[in-house]
Amino acid sequence: MIPLPADNPKAATEGGLFGGADELYREVILDHFKSPRNRGSLTGANAKAEGTNPFCGDRITITALIQKDVLKDVTFEGHGCAISQASASMMTSMVKGKTLKEATALTSFIKKIFGVENASLTSNGAKPALTMDTIGDFQALEGVKKYPVRIKCALLSWNTLLQCLEEFKKT
Amino acid sequence: MNQLDPHKIRKDFPILSRTMNGKPLVYLDNAATTQKPNAVIKALADFYRETNANIHRGAYPLAEEATTLYEETRSKVGRFINAASPESLIFTRNTTESINLVAHSWARKFLKEGDEILLTALEHHANIVPWYLLSKEKGIKLKSVPVKDDSTLDMEAFKRFLTPRVKLVAVTGMSNVLGTLTPLEDIIRTAHQNRSLVLVDGAQSVPHLPTDVTQLDVDFLAFSAHKMLGPTGVGVLWVKPEILDTMDPFLGGGEMISTVSLEKITWADPPFKFEAGTPNYADVAVFAVAVDYLEKLGMDAVRDHEKEILHYALSRLSELHDYVIYGPKDPEKQSGAISFNHKTIHAHDVGTILGLDGVAIRVGHHCAQPLMVTLGVPATARASFYIYNTKEDVDALITALKKVNQVFGLTRSRV
Repeated sequence: MIPLPADNPKAATEGGLFGGADELYREVILDHFKSPRNRGSLTGANAKAEGTNPFCGDRITITALIQKDVLKDVTFEGHGCAISQASASMMTSMVKGKTLKEATALTSFIKKIFGVENASLTSNGAKPALTMDTIGDFQALEGVKKYPVRIKCALLSWNTLLQCLEEFKKT
Repeated sequence: MNQLDPHKIRKDFPILSRTMNGKPLVYLDNAATTQKPNAVIKALADFYRETNANIHRGAYPLAEEATTLYEETRSKVGRFINAASPESLIFTRNTTESINLVAHSWARKFLKEGDEILLTALEHHANIVPWYLLSKEKGIKLKSVPVKDDSTLDMEAFKRFLTPRVKLVAVTGMSNVLGTLTPLEDIIRTAHQNRSLVLVDGAQSVPHLPTDVTQLDVDFLAFSAHKMLGPTGVGVLWVKPEILDTMDPFLGGGEMISTVSLEKITWADPPFKFEAGTPNYADVAVFAVAVDYLEKLGMDAVRDHEKEILHYALSRLSELHDYVIYGPKDPEKQSGAISFNHKTIHAHDVGTILGLDGVAIRVGHHCAQPLMVTLGVPATARASFYIYNTKEDVDALITALKKVNQVFGLTRSRV
C-alpha cells in the first residue's frame, strides 16, 4: 500500500521543490490539460451523457458516435480540475475506435487501478488481460491513487462514458 | 482594549504543532471546523473517566453530576448569547438539525399553502434544503434576496420581497463562502414590522462575533459547537420562549414525554420536549469548556483579531495577479473567510498543491451551490481564519499560492 503523503515523512524531500505536487501533476497530465484532445461537441452524435462530481460541482458532457458497436468518435465538454480534464482527454483518445465491449472492459480496468472495483485485474472473456503497459499516457494518472478525494476527479469522465453507453443501449 | 495574542493561543492547540508532508500545518479551514484546545480535549477524556452516567434518569450521585454538567452548559451557552431563559435552548446534533427542527416543529405546523419563506443568495444548503422539502410538501413559495456587486445583501430587494405572505425570513449571520456579514438588526426589525419571524443560521457568525439574541430580538438562532472550539456532534437551537411553547415535538422517544399510554401521550416541557432519546451529553458537557475559553478571550477581541488577519490577508492576496478574490473585500463587511480562485487553474488543483505544502484550505462549492451560480464559478478556494491564526499563516498561504503557477509550468522557474 502506498502511504498517504501526509503520513510519509520522506515525501517532502522526495517531492523536491514542489513537495510532491510535481509527482501528481506530471508533464503529460498538464499537456492533456492545457491542450485537451477531442474537446467539443460532436455533430451527428447518437449517444450523450452528462456526469457531475458532487464533491466539487464539476460537470462533464460526453458525446459519441456509435456505429455497428464501435465508438467511431467521442468528445467531451465541460469544466473541471486538471485531473478530471486530463483524464477526459486521455479517455476519449483511448476509447476511440474500440468496440463497446472493449471500452467497457477498459473502463473497468481503469476503475480497478484506483481500487474502485475490487475484482482481479483479468478481464472477462477470451481477450488478453489489460495491463498498465497498454494504457499509455493514462499511466501518469496512477499518482492520483495517493489522493483519495481526487480519485472521483480522475474517474468522472470514465463513469460518464459508461452512462453514455448505457443510454445508447436503451435507444 | 483586550487584544488576542495568537502566538500564545496556538500553544493551547496541540494539533497546530503537527507537520503535514514534512511542513508545519497551517490550518485555514476554520469555517469547516475549528481545532480544539487542550482544555477541551482533556475535559472530554475526564468526563468519560470520572463523570459518565446517563443524564436526567439515575437518582445516584454520578448521574446527578453528569446531569448538572449538561444543564450547566445549557445555562452557560444561554448566557453566551445573552438569552433571557436557558429553557428555550435546545441541544441538537448540529446546525443542520437545528434548522430542520424549526422546519418540522414550527413551520410545518403554522405555514400553509401560498405562504412564503424568504431566503438569501448567501445561504448554506443547511438553510435551503429543509425549506425546499417543506415547500414541496405544503405548497409554500421560496424566494431569495440577491447580493449586490460587492457581495453584500441587496437590502432594497429584501424590502421589496418582504410581502405580507412572507411568514419566515431565514438568513445567515455570515456567509460560509465569502465571509459576508448580514445586517441582522435591520433585517429582523424590518421583518417584524411585516409580522414575519426570523431564523438566523449562526453557524459562522456565533463563533466569530458577539451575539446577543435579546438585543437582536431574533426568533430562532441555530449554531454548532464544533465551529467554536467545542466537540463535534453538538448543535444549538435557541427559540423565543413564547414561540417554543407553541411548537410541535420533533423526534419522538424517551426524555421528551410527560406521560405515555397507547391512547394518549403528553409532552415534557421545553427544552426536553425537543430532546428525544439520550442526547450527546458528554460532548454537551465539554462544550462549556470551549465557551469558557472564548469568553475568557472576549468575543470583541476575537472579532478584532479577525479583522486584523483579514485586512492583512486581503492585502497580501491582492498582490497575486493570477488570483481573483470574491466577496466584500472589506474587513468591516466580512469576517472569518475569504474565497478566491486562480484565473486558469481549478480550485481543486490549488487545494491539492497547497495541501502538500501543509496549508489546509477548503475547495469546492462549500455546500452553497446557488451562491456559486451567482459568482459564476463551479467552485472556489476558501481560506478561513480563527483565533490561533497568525500573519505568518497568511504568509505561508501566499507562498504556497505562488507555487501553484510553478507546478503548472506557468512560470519559467519550473525545474
